[in-house]
Amino acid sequence: MAARSHPGRALAAHAVLIVYTLIALFPVWIIVINSVKSRRAIFGAPLALPTPATWDPVGYTTVLENGDVIGYFLNSAIVTIVSLAMVLLFGAMAAFALSEYRFRGNTLMGLYLALGIMIPIRLGTVAILQMMVAAGLVNTLTALILVYTAQGLPLAVFILSEFMRNVSDDLKNAGRMDGLSEYAIFFRLVLPLVRPAMATVAVFTMIPIWNDLWFPLILAPSEETKTITLGSQVFIGQFVTNWNAVLAALALAILPVLVLYLIFSRQLIRGITAGAVK
Amino acid sequence: MGSLRLAGLTKSFGRTEIIKGIDLSVANGEFVVFVGPSGCGKSTLLRMIAGLEDVTTGSVTLDGQDITNVAPAKRGIAMVFQTYALYPHLTVRDNMGLALRQAGVSRAETGAAVDQASTLLDLNPYLDRRPAELSGGQRQRVAIGRAIVRTPKLFLFDEPLSNLDAALRVATRIEIARLHRELGATMIYVTHDQVEAMTLADRIVVMRAGVVEQVGPPMQLYNDPSNTFVAGFIGSPRMNFLKGRALGEQSSIMGVRPEHLSITFSGSAISGSVSHVEALGGETLVYVHTEPHGLLTVRLFGEHHFSVGQAVGLTPDPARVFRFDAEGRRLR
Ligand SMILES: Nc1ncnc2c1ncn2[C@@H]1O[C@H](COP(=O)(O)OP(=O)(O)O)[C@@H](O)[C@H]1O
Ligand SMILES: [Mg+2]
Repeated sequence: MAARSHPGRALAAHAVLIVYTLIALFPVWIIVINSVKSRRAIFGAPLALPTPATWDPVGYTTVLENGDVIGYFLNSAIVTIVSLAMVLLFGAMAAFALSEYRFRGNTLMGLYLALGIMIPIRLGTVAILQMMVAAGLVNTLTALILVYTAQGLPLAVFILSEFMRNVSDDLKNAGRMDGLSEYAIFFRLVLPLVRPAMATVAVFTMIPIWNDLWFPLILAPSEETKTITLGSQVFIGQFVTNWNAVLAALALAILPVLVLYLIFSRQLIRGITAGAVK
Repeated sequence: MGSLRLAGLTKSFGRTEIIKGIDLSVANGEFVVFVGPSGCGKSTLLRMIAGLEDVTTGSVTLDGQDITNVAPAKRGIAMVFQTYALYPHLTVRDNMGLALRQAGVSRAETGAAVDQASTLLDLNPYLDRRPAELSGGQRQRVAIGRAIVRTPKLFLFDEPLSNLDAALRVATRIEIARLHRELGATMIYVTHDQVEAMTLADRIVVMRAGVVEQVGPPMQLYNDPSNTFVAGFIGSPRMNFLKGRALGEQSSIMGVRPEHLSITFSGSAISGSVSHVEALGGETLVYVHTEPHGLLTVRLFGEHHFSVGQAVGLTPDPARVFRFDAEGRRLR
């Protein structure tokens, strides 16, 4: 407390945070300002703001006319949202079981589920592809959703079970005395209390899924199932790259994830500040 | 309605046995207090009665019906928790009414039961607030109200006052005693505070490390403790234990309560020097260092003046001396 109220320290902390924010935002800023400049201006003065002379929205018109960008967006959105919902639901349920019930192999099961945090799922790409071929799921969004759910679960289970251990036993027991079922205790008492943790998990899960190029390329490269990250690659050629279009596509791709982030971060803050959750 | 019987109750967590065989009968309408040091298994025993913790062996019987394997909500038992455990997203009204609504009672009947309980506890102005908008004392009253609304056969309280400040603790203690009189219900109350135990209980159950040391009305435990543990736990300040052999006694331990030790200046059995004095106005506690008994406490009524280092003699009231063997068992 004493350290926090010290003005010099507060200033230093803010300076560090501001510098970090600037560094983090710099590439995004470059993408956005260059996406509305002419090709000459992009290469001539990449750091300059667009002026009436260099203004050229050709990138956006190319993107919106070329290919099925709306479709790609939709694919990305479906994959991200469905995977996210599954990760949150199953992750929270597994975390509740691990933190609430004493059963044989509880600790072992927890370790097994957390193992996925340390082993990158891409190591299993060949096996996953073989499995998807065998299951006839290649070139479907289902394939991506399954892989991303598996990818997101370990961290979700790990973080959420830590938080659920901190939910008061007395509260859960009061629910049991009042006749709430275990499902009601989970959905009505525990989940609202771990909402900030859910929001954190949501943000950490969502961003790698939205940005992923690897699995869409391998599991679902068909025209109907392309995600926006994969779809944008058409503008990057081996010999010529349409930089206007690439930058415009990237700028557009930032938007939905930004919206989702804003939704979750508001949840996060609301969960922390309000004692009342409903 | 509300007689409880515990038979051969044990509980193990893994290989550690926490509750080591408890037999106890509680009569209808009785107020029984479980008292014992922290970690002796009071809460575990209470949770076993409530059905929140599986019983390893033994049985729990309520009104002649074996409820050992009955779900918590179906036992006719209500519990008040140490941390209040109110539902943060529900209003006071809904907190109190939830159990009845879950049991399928109509909205009108639930409302009537909630109104009755809130009137009894002066909670009417707060019915539409959320727990976060209440003070600690108000939250505790809501938690008690939530138990009352269900009209249970048996009330369980797990250290309900330990999160309240001293003044509120006394007020709530009196409130609970009043509720017991008005409702006439059977209550089991857990505490590690012997003052709460003495003031509330019809009967006290003194526990240590998962076993019952002694059961009896407060004054019986005070006047007739069966071992040094009970003698030391009941009564405040704690009983003094003297080395019997040094006083020419047969028994190896002699127990004298601070109020039964007087300061004398001639013919004293024990001599020592004053090491600290606590003047409380109504009473004065004098701590006297003695050889070979160590630090002894003397409780005098009214104001008395002693200076630190002053030589004094101590004389126990011979009618109020308890004798124990080397294992701490009472010699009668
Ligand atoms: N779920 C549990 N798993 C393992 N040990 C437990 C568990 N609950 C309680 N214990 C142990 O049982 C003992 C008694 O606990 P408790 O009944 O809470 O004591 P009290 O309420 O008398 O302070 C303690 O040593 C505690 O560590
Ligand atoms: Mg306890």
